[in-house]
Amino acid sequence: MNTMTEKADDREEIEILLPWHAAGTLSRRDADRVERALASDEELARRFSLVREELAETIHLNESLGAPSARAMEKLFAAIDAESATARKPRFSFDLRTKVAEFFAGFGPRTLAFASGAAALVILLQAGVIGGMLLKGPEPTVNLSSAPPVKVESVDLLVTFVPQATTDQVTKFLHDHSATIVDGPKGPGMYRLRFEANGSPKAETDRVVKELQQSRNVVSSEFPAD
Amino acid sequence: MQVLFARHHVRVYRFVLRLVGNPTVAEDLISEVFLDVWRQADRFEGRSAVSTWMLAIARFKALSALRKRPDEELDDEVAESIEDASDNPEVALEKKDKSAVLRQCLEKLSPEHREIIDLVYYHEKSVEEVAEIVKIPENTVKTRMFYARKKLAELLQAAGVERGWP
Repeated sequence: MNTMTEKADDREEIEILLPWHAAGTLSRRDADRVERALASDEELARRFSLVREELAETIHLNESLGAPSARAMEKLFAAIDAESATARKPRFSFDLRTKVAEFFAGFGPRTLAFASGAAALVILLQAGVIGGMLLKGPEPTVNLSSAPPVKVESVDLLVTFVPQATTDQVTKFLHDHSATIVDGPKGPGMYRLRFEANGSPKAETDRVVKELQQSRNVVSSEFPAD
Repeated sequence: MQVLFARHHVRVYRFVLRLVGNPTVAEDLISEVFLDVWRQADRFEGRSAVSTWMLAIARFKALSALRKRPDEELDDEVAESIEDASDNPEVALEKKDKSAVLRQCLEKLSPEHREIIDLVYYHEKSVEEVAEIVKIPENTVKTRMFYARKKLAELLQAAGVERGWP
């Protein structure tokens, strides 16, 4: 009795998987299981043919929907261009002359007269301090060679991808090299890529260039961006 | 981005069009989908296929757009997909062709059932991928697909096509 129930459950489970088997999206293990069941169960095989009919007509129906017009692409790339342009501009503009004028406009004439006097005093004091420093003679010079080397956290390179590179390959490449696309495409399929770094700009750029030269299945050329 | 767009835009468009039923709205939405993909490219973790990720974004956008649309904007295409018991002679003649009847019945399915059938059969998405796109558990994916097919069989039977299942 138990075996019969188990068999029925197993058949039901297999039947539920038929649409994915028809579409070829089952794991190897499940696909083998379904294949074995189809080979030994005529009714299941008949039902599988119904699934295949549904699959064929669903594809037919979707294919008949046509494709979007060029408007969709134009709209997309116009939006990307607009966002790229905004990203390149400073986040906010700062008109110094207007800000200074606005600042002083807020004070009354008496406050302004007092402020002018205070400013003149500050200038006099400053002149005194500078004069004193000149008379004292030069300070010991700072040894620049002992300053810590400049470190960068990222370097940018202009990169062109091999035309045959698949999206998966490019995605894997970006992941493996801790890189992100920050701009592009520019000119003939050139992208600006940002690579994580931890050292001097020159050393890190050289390191990344060397690494990219080992990835000729994905990258066809690379140049320092700055 | 151009490569990605060229490779996926037609399928994403068709998926969205089946959900919203309006070609102009679908075109606007796919521009938004790919713009989001461009903006979020650095956040894509590569755990799923790019197409699965894009279809999930597309679905979210399509459903948001549908929620915003008032009922009176229901367009002809969507209206046509609503079940009508009285077929005209033209439709009756077409029904002689089993494939055409099957396609008609596919169009008459509820959006929920239509969506899962499209994802499995046309977009070739696995159980796990459908679960990720539709945001439901994997077992629900399987039972929803089963009930979608069952409903399809009922519609076919009502249209005079007996398949001997379920």
